[in-house]
Amino acid sequence: MYAIEVEKLRKEFKSYSSRSGLAGAFRDLFTRNYKIIRAVDDISFTVKQGEMVGYIGENGAGKSTTIKMLTGILTPTSGRVVVNGMNPHKERERFVQTIGVVFGQRSQLWWDIAVQESFRLLKKVYRVSDQDYNEHMDHVIETLDIGPLLDKPVRKLSLGQRMRCELAAALIHNPPLLFLDEPTIGLDVLVKLKIRQFLKEINEKYNTTILLTTHDMTDIEALCERVIMLDEGKIIYDGSLQHLKQNWGEGRQIHFQFRDMVSKEELTSLVHVTWEQGEDRYNWIAHVRTNDMAHVIGQVVSSYELKDIHIREVSTEEIIRNIYEEGIHHG
Amino acid sequence: MGKYIEMIRMRFLMMLAYRTNYYSGIFIYSINIGAYYFLWSAIYGGQPSIQGMTVEQMTTYVAIAWMARAFYFNNIDREIAMEIREGKVAIELIRPYNYLIMKTMQGLGEGIFRLIFFSLPGMIIVTFVFSLHFTTNVQTWSYFALSTVLSFIINSQINLLAGMVTFFTLNGEGLLRAKRFIIDLFSGLILPISFYPQWAQSAMHYLPFQAISYIPSMIFTESFTGNEAIKGMMFQAVWCVVLIVPIYLLWKAAKRKLIIQGG
Repeated sequence: MYAIEVEKLRKEFKSYSSRSGLAGAFRDLFTRNYKIIRAVDDISFTVKQGEMVGYIGENGAGKSTTIKMLTGILTPTSGRVVVNGMNPHKERERFVQTIGVVFGQRSQLWWDIAVQESFRLLKKVYRVSDQDYNEHMDHVIETLDIGPLLDKPVRKLSLGQRMRCELAAALIHNPPLLFLDEPTIGLDVLVKLKIRQFLKEINEKYNTTILLTTHDMTDIEALCERVIMLDEGKIIYDGSLQHLKQNWGEGRQIHFQFRDMVSKEELTSLVHVTWEQGEDRYNWIAHVRTNDMAHVIGQVVSSYELKDIHIREVSTEEIIRNIYEEGIHHG
Repeated sequence: MGKYIEMIRMRFLMMLAYRTNYYSGIFIYSINIGAYYFLWSAIYGGQPSIQGMTVEQMTTYVAIAWMARAFYFNNIDREIAMEIREGKVAIELIRPYNYLIMKTMQGLGEGIFRLIFFSLPGMIIVTFVFSLHFTTNVQTWSYFALSTVLSFIINSQINLLAGMVTFFTLNGEGLLRAKRFIIDLFSGLILPISFYPQWAQSAMHYLPFQAISYIPSMIFTESFTGNEAIKGMMFQAVWCVVLIVPIYLLWKAAKRKLIIQGG
């Protein structure tokens, strides 16, 4: 059984444009110009129970719109959505009992009162028994290290502290499916690591399915084996992160630091690869295929005196950037 | 049901967190009552009664109307409008509860808080300063209690309706302000309905507003007794039921139209 099944899902918005000038404003009172914008354009995918999927795309690619349709907040224009075996907007109250959602930019906790009061309310709302709550939440609270924060009002928490509490709040009813919309936005490295570690743990322990949107590729690398990539409402890639890296991230960057100044022409005539200048003319970066690495380094080392050299894999971030700039079919 | 009771408790705690705001409130309400007290005393002059109400009934009416207002009054219309504007409704829709009932429960939590920390101490202050007539009739008190609960429901229903209209206008500040003024005026808070001209009285008989303040206050001052009190409460009860229809329709339409702004 699939946790999420989406077939030819489409969402269109009417976008009104106003005419210019005073006369235009008067005309707008009676008839308004609008065009239909397709935020999500006939996408289809399935997610298995227990998968951790990264849902990525630029701002406005349709990520949030998809999540809102999957959680039952928005109604699709057309297409079929089945999540946890249910239609999200048809059986809303029963359905939301089976999902947890964290919106990184929107708090779900009650601002003015202690965190534990929010937890207590949510426990009642999701009808979690005392026994289940204690068993499950004691562990969550300990792992996320939020015990000392529970009696503080939410407004007094730092962003990192709040985010950990948000995550715990989304898990009170131990849902089999978790939607995370930019959960690490604005957090420092340590908190990010802690949150990732925690997500991995609950995924292993409860086989929780996680759908994650983020702009931080390191999140995806740390957590997701599979990525779905969205551009202008369409899925442009759906597959393993490994595969994406192999096809796109093939090759290495070798950073040479020379003792003397060199020019691009000299280097290109020495070895015919793409050379890119670093911060000055002492620093040059060669983009090479993995197989050619030894050859290039050998040539350079034998011809020039070097101060430093290091080899770098192409980061996922760069891969993604390249795909958006050049289109997926290039590779 | 547990979740709704928990929500009342939650709002109560929230109000408690900002309780200092309310000490000044008691003072302001007392001043209001005082001003109306002297105004009505002056209007009555030497006359024993106007429109069938004695000066004592009138001043008690004013005092009790304001104190009851502290209970039924809430800001859920403004909160709904704000939650729509900021896109927080999205979060509410991923919870397994009915948003509108939850909002009403929050209003009730607020009402109970104000009743305990505001109306009761306020009332004690007011009785020391002004000569008011409080009945000792148990039946009047229980009628009044029931009637006030009904007025809370009707006022909350109207607030829900007003808040939901902002789903469609996306900015309803003016509308909400107008609604507040209309309720204060037509509910009989400022002037008992029996003081309005005949045509206005008959027009208002077809509107729910007098169920909010006029009826409970008239019951408390024993201007409505026996059958009249029962009839008043029936009027309230009917409106409670009737208002469910537009709420239901509007909520259905609003959900369909739901655009989450800024996200």
